[in-house]
Amino acid sequence: MAEGQKTIEIEVLRYHPENDTEPHAQVFEIPFTDDMSVLQGVQYIKDHLDGSLSFRWSCRMAICGSCGMMINGVPSLSCQTFLRDYYPARVRVEALAHFPIERDLVVNMEGFIEKLESIQPYIIPREARTLSEGEYLQTPEQLGAYEQFSSCINCLLCYAACPQFGLNSRFVGPAALALLHRYNADSRDGGKAERMELVNSEDGVFNCTAVGYCSEVCPKHVDPANAVNQNKTNSAIDYFLRFLAPKGGAR
Amino acid sequence: MSKRRPYVRSMDGWWRRNPYFVEYMIHEGTALFVAAYAGILLAGLVRLAEGEAAWNAWLAALKNPWYVGFHLFALAALAYHSFTWFKIMPRTMPPVIVEGQRLPAWVITGGGLAAAVVASLILLGVVWGMVR
Amino acid sequence: MKPTLKRSNAPIFWALFGAGGMLSALIGPMLVFITGLAVPLGLLLPADTMSYAHVLAFARNWAGKAFILAVIALFLWHAAHRIFHSLHDVGVHAGTGAKLVCYGLALVGTVIAAWALLAVGF
Repeated sequence: MAEGQKTIEIEVLRYHPENDTEPHAQVFEIPFTDDMSVLQGVQYIKDHLDGSLSFRWSCRMAICGSCGMMINGVPSLSCQTFLRDYYPARVRVEALAHFPIERDLVVNMEGFIEKLESIQPYIIPREARTLSEGEYLQTPEQLGAYEQFSSCINCLLCYAACPQFGLNSRFVGPAALALLHRYNADSRDGGKAERMELVNSEDGVFNCTAVGYCSEVCPKHVDPANAVNQNKTNSAIDYFLRFLAPKGGAR
Repeated sequence: MSKRRPYVRSMDGWWRRNPYFVEYMIHEGTALFVAAYAGILLAGLVRLAEGEAAWNAWLAALKNPWYVGFHLFALAALAYHSFTWFKIMPRTMPPVIVEGQRLPAWVITGGGLAAAVVASLILLGVVWGMVR
Repeated sequence: MKPTLKRSNAPIFWALFGAGGMLSALIGPMLVFITGLAVPLGLLLPADTMSYAHVLAFARNWAGKAFILAVIALFLWHAAHRIFHSLHDVGVHAGTGAKLVCYGLALVGTVIAAWALLAVGF
């Protein structure tokens, strides 16, 4: 390091399953410039101080959703969190909360991938349509009904913010339920009845206690808490009115 | 052989880890005061059914400093419950679309708080009107 | 870990929680002020506001009965649901036992309130 170079300390929660029985903190001192993101900080550690440090990253501009970490206890994208906002204090970096740690800052997201599959995150057409019939048309209002919920980048910050997911990992959780709502609220879609079975289930929306922190940390302003809670209302209406409705939504 | 051994962190004391969660636990905790207050009202109702002497004894007990102290805390807790209930409402209720625009969060929270003030004044007015 | 599709019966408790939460948010503080502070301390309201005659007449009226039952029962169900979830939050398993205690007490309170409202007559 050059003479007079400013430095900052980064404390990383390390865990190497082949050696460690449990995670432990390790402090690194790195050169600091005021344009450095936390991601650049951990990249410096990997490139210059300890090549064994593991973390996920890709785009460096808050769209790929790979680099989520707990930064001073707050679920954050490390690419859009800047060291200058902590300097000269030490910055604490840890793998996303509520997920099993695979290695260092890498979490195991298999459970989330399964949930993502279970919500059928694709349009199940209301009616079959041939190419010659042309495209599906939507009004701006119909687009507005789901657009915000389509912005999710699967960064998992909302899960790291959700104590109910931390306490019960079976809970489908904020991002998957927000994406589920995105398809249910789409005028072109006809898969709502199938997806509602998951919403209504014991792993569904009623695990949520409206903490609201998921929406607070979402970098894309999806407001997953709103999607989850709208579906509490939808689910409750179906629960009470299913006996009156001609077909009955529930099984 | 796989070296994988995913480590699951403990959730013990999770609500102390973030000021946001501390606030959540406090507003959830207002339920203890709601329950206790409902219990006091229920006791009063039972005393009412038992007759005038029993009712007057209950009414006199409310003047006990312990009860007055409790009700001061309960007033603060229920007021905080009202505030947080309407604060989270923009997230918990379905979107309200007015003239093609989604109603902003502050309008929903403000509207809820205003409704609470109006409902409370009506209640006070009705009580006043009934006994005057 | 495939999700189960067993339907949750939470909507019943959630709906009661929501109704009680809304009612207590709208008038809870004022009710506490009236019954717990203003009347016992003789503030603002006439001294005989909660006299036996006044309250009995109110409790014998149909609208009065409905109001008293709504306040006591919904406040209890609201609190029971929140406390049930808070117990889960602090590590008490959200199983049948916790459910029975929380919702069971709310149910008992509701039944007692309904009985008392019948017992005061019409």
